[in-house]
Amino acid sequence: MRPAGRGETESLYFDYPHFEAPDKGASNRGQSSRVAVVGAGPVGMSAALALAKEGVACALFDGKDTFNDGSRAICIARPSYYILESLGVVTPFLQKSLGWTTGRSFFRGKQILEFQMPDGPDEKYRPMYNLQQQYIEEFLWDAVAANPLIETRWQSTVDDIEDVEDGVRLSITDPHGAYGFDAEWVLACDGAHSDTRTKRGLRLNGENFEGRYVIADVQMEHDYPTVRRALFDPSCHPGGTVLVHRQPDNIWRIDYQLDSHESTDYALEEATVRASVQAVLDDIGHAGPWELEWWSAYTANTLALDDYRDGRVFYVGDSAHIVPIFGVRGLNNGLADAANIGWKLGWVLTGKAGAGLLDSYSPERRGATLDVFANASKSARFMTPDSHGWKLMRDAALSLALDYSFAGQLANPRQMTAYTYSDSPAVVPSGEEFVAGPEVGAVFREVAMNGEFLSDKFGTGFTVLCFGGELAAAVTNSLTGDEDITVLDLPCPSSISAAYGAEIGTAYLVRPDTHLAGRWKNADANTVIAAYRTTTFH
Amino acid sequence: MTDNDIETIYEAIAREIDTVGEDKSELFLAKLALLLAREVDDRDRVLACVSGASASL
Repeated sequence: MRPAGRGETESLYFDYPHFEAPDKGASNRGQSSRVAVVGAGPVGMSAALALAKEGVACALFDGKDTFNDGSRAICIARPSYYILESLGVVTPFLQKSLGWTTGRSFFRGKQILEFQMPDGPDEKYRPMYNLQQQYIEEFLWDAVAANPLIETRWQSTVDDIEDVEDGVRLSITDPHGAYGFDAEWVLACDGAHSDTRTKRGLRLNGENFEGRYVIADVQMEHDYPTVRRALFDPSCHPGGTVLVHRQPDNIWRIDYQLDSHESTDYALEEATVRASVQAVLDDIGHAGPWELEWWSAYTANTLALDDYRDGRVFYVGDSAHIVPIFGVRGLNNGLADAANIGWKLGWVLTGKAGAGLLDSYSPERRGATLDVFANASKSARFMTPDSHGWKLMRDAALSLALDYSFAGQLANPRQMTAYTYSDSPAVVPSGEEFVAGPEVGAVFREVAMNGEFLSDKFGTGFTVLCFGGELAAAVTNSLTGDEDITVLDLPCPSSISAAYGAEIGTAYLVRPDTHLAGRWKNADANTVIAAYRTTTFH
Repeated sequence: MTDNDIETIYEAIAREIDTVGEDKSELFLAKLALLLAREVDDRDRVLACVSGASASL
């Protein structure tokens, strides 16, 4: 929502584009893409780019004629920057976003915790970046628009998706009328209120938490570093919780909890929002002028589909799962979903992997969602305790934290880390004990090397980290030429071999999404190639 | 004891408070305090905790 007199996309700092519908000829053109992507938000555009990276064309449908209104998801976590890098779009993100590592929690105005997220010279990206969602969409769109493999159809709603022999038939409506579109596969990236999900008769299952929040963006000159601030029981909202985040363009996100007796309608009135924001600004010591940019409301839910695959339709992002925003996993997990299915479907359609790889999408990404639920539920319980017991203990922890730092750790939000696919059919389990290094199914570990990073040497497909030249030569010689594997010959002993707990002869097989397909202390070339065939379902 | 241990205990007590109910939670917490005091087995340390817990209320 925006102040009276301003339209939905009349921003103080961002010019929303207007996208035309396809011309009449385009809607009636014959079948050109094997994949339809429904929804051109951050997740849909990332999925389209992930498919295009594998050389697979898609048609991208969205009923809107511009980007999503408002800044919405503003925290992009480190694992997502690797995804943006793999999609070839990370540069504008790095230029515009604000990286951060520090969070501070306050109780009744007194700081009770300062936490640092893991960072250091071995990390290529910062643990977190703040960037408004419309910039996220703009930077992705620049790449989508320039990509000849992606045909975007704005102002085109998908009214129905019907199963037909060897595919699906989409019913599309655009300003010119209705038409059918045949596809072999659909990626439903149409958000929390997914029409695709509703039309296919599927329901999200899980819990609703009671806490309701308002998020409001204000523009102001405010001197404070890019640090996440959490205010518990502040004088501006007694008994409530307030979050403050800095965004680019002098925009500040104020996020505050509503009292249980306060109606959402009243809370969303402009005068109410202005008064609430002013109270928060008084509390954090901002005396200068400010302008109200945009606001919205949300509740904390943990809801997911039982299966992210329904025949030839894959649910990607919020259409598959709705998570509480504490811990910033909505957008970040959506991007991970998009990268995961984009790679897998791309490899299956180009013949680089067998169809079985597609069955690993739901267990891997639904597993990640359930892990988010476990962590986010803890955070949500701390931010908005939903019973007498949780509220009493939360208040006890905050009160103790004024004098005892150990209790402040209970206020430490669990920020997003990549999930480990240990039980996935697309990894090869290892029974071996390593002294260090990421386990099978986990995301790789970054290491700085000679002014570069380990990941800079990865190929576009699988990468084998070989410790010792003999193994690297043996793996290279065993390749038949139809594998998409990059072989890295890594020094041992070295800082890398230490980080990976590697000896001469150790190998790690890294998937295209940088999760580990397998690892062996004393590898031979055939074992590594066999693991590649297993995890690509050949 | 690690931060995770503290969190596990925090959660267990929160759940137990909800199980015994709001009207008995004070009695439950007082009993818990006495049991823990017995386990600590050090009068001065327990008395220090008593004044620590009543600070900054």
